[in-house]
Amino acid sequence: MSVLVYTESEDGKIKKIALEAVSYAKGIADQMGTSVTAVAINSGDTSELGKYGASKILQVTDDKLNKFNAEGYADVIAQAAKNEDTKVVVVTSSANSKFLAPALAVNLEAGYVPNVVALPESTSPFKVKSNVFTNKAFATTEIKTDRKIIGLGKNSFGLKENQTTATSEAFSPNLDAHDFDMEIVSVDKATDKVTIADAEIVVSGGRGLKGPENWGMIEDLANVLGAATACSKPVSDMGWRPHSEHVGQTGKPVAANLYIAIGISGAIQHLAGINASKVKVVINNDPEAPFFKAADYGIVGDAFEIVPKLTEKLKEFKAQNA
Amino acid sequence: MKILVCISHVPDTTSKINFTDNDTKFDTNGVQFVINPNDEFGLTRAMWFKEKQGATVHVVNIGGPETEPTLRKALAIGADEAIRVNMTATDGFSVAKQLANVVKEGGYDLVIGGRESIDYNGGMVPGMLAKLTGTNFVNTCIGLEIEGDKATAIREIDGGKETLKTSLPLVIGGQKGLVEESDLRIPNMRGIMQARTKPLNIKEPIASTGETNTVAFQKPAPKGAVKLVNSVDELVALLHNEAKVI
Repeated sequence: MSVLVYTESEDGKIKKIALEAVSYAKGIADQMGTSVTAVAINSGDTSELGKYGASKILQVTDDKLNKFNAEGYADVIAQAAKNEDTKVVVVTSSANSKFLAPALAVNLEAGYVPNVVALPESTSPFKVKSNVFTNKAFATTEIKTDRKIIGLGKNSFGLKENQTTATSEAFSPNLDAHDFDMEIVSVDKATDKVTIADAEIVVSGGRGLKGPENWGMIEDLANVLGAATACSKPVSDMGWRPHSEHVGQTGKPVAANLYIAIGISGAIQHLAGINASKVKVVINNDPEAPFFKAADYGIVGDAFEIVPKLTEKLKEFKAQNA
Repeated sequence: MKILVCISHVPDTTSKINFTDNDTKFDTNGVQFVINPNDEFGLTRAMWFKEKQGATVHVVNIGGPETEPTLRKALAIGADEAIRVNMTATDGFSVAKQLANVVKEGGYDLVIGGRESIDYNGGMVPGMLAKLTGTNFVNTCIGLEIEGDKATAIREIDGGKETLKTSLPLVIGGQKGLVEESDLRIPNMRGIMQARTKPLNIKEPIASTGETNTVAFQKPAPKGAVKLVNSVDELVALLHNEAKVI
């Protein structure tokens, strides 16, 4: 009956979003008077999971699962859910979780609500609030099935420590050949850069930067903040920056703690995509730029002057606060 | 190759979002509806398969008669036939079940959906459809090539991309990258004229129930005014002391 949470890892290390998912699962478990079971696949050290409220950790260790594959991973989680007689499964909003959750829902005949932003309003009937219309509204949705799947929106619950004694046990699911129908030929991933999905701070540039040759100052600012770099749609359409950096309605969603927009006017599609970020800073020379209406802090002025100054100031600040 | 492109009928990206009936229904008053942007990238990729590899392209929508102009637009862009399953969609799962029935009856080699619709952002229909039909599935697909029954797909992952080899039949959840923004097509007069006479078949839904039910909508609380500052010193101080994000 426990609440099951899939705790994602990467290169044998539990991801921060997985800890957020455990914190959230613990919240639901408390509401329902039950405990949290985590399912960890080839995760290495899972000792941190207890700190956020997991009581039991199902350790799956299988070389066939070294590379993520949605079908196989969904199968593992479904079997764990059935084994534990779980009513609620929590996954995250990572690309991999969003890939596997629909298959998991079909397998468990479970209603699935993604982009969830808060603990259930009630657990009987089971009602949760989620982001819809690309952050322009919230929906409260009742899940009517016996089993439920919650896709927790990134950065919407936060980490909550809840020291629990966690027991670990090995879990060996039955994997069939169909789980490995798809062959992963190559993975192309920059390992030295913070990804937009994982970043707590995102620095984003728009057309106001005039050309790709001016991105050095965006990268400098991002480096000092440990931030990911992003861009607006026109910038990626013109080929100044790769598509993978495009954030907005048709690009990547951003739900960072801090989003810094430089030379971005703030088209409604862009704002929708980044609106789940907690604090928004705008630097733009046009005081009429619509982004100022959506921002928390703003500086009206020339980005080419302000951004290098801001980078210098932040370096000083980091040195003092290190 | 027989391709089915799933078309979601969604409010234009610039629409103001409002609700009626005690905040239980989306207010369509004055809203312009369009082909879901993620689906439009997929439709354009399908047109390339048609032109270069002789594929047949059908489009499908689960919805009421109000979605037909959106399907006609897809026909004007170049799809051969449209199907409308006459049902008001309640949730992603119920849509996936209807689509699974269309796919089984139609015998499609490739089904192209979008990564997510820009209205409910569920991102679940293509994955559920694939699982219901026992078909290979690639989500967040940004590149697809097909030779015979072999497919090579590129999937966007957090922080990079992954290349996958798989085979038909295949379902993808597509997005920008399948084609570029500049490749998207605006229907020309000839296309619009032809679309009027292309088949738009209406199918009655199979019996199904939704697994979830949205009971209320809510708009985010209005935002306070922006704090304009004059210096980076002031900004850094505010981000540290007030916003506490650095």
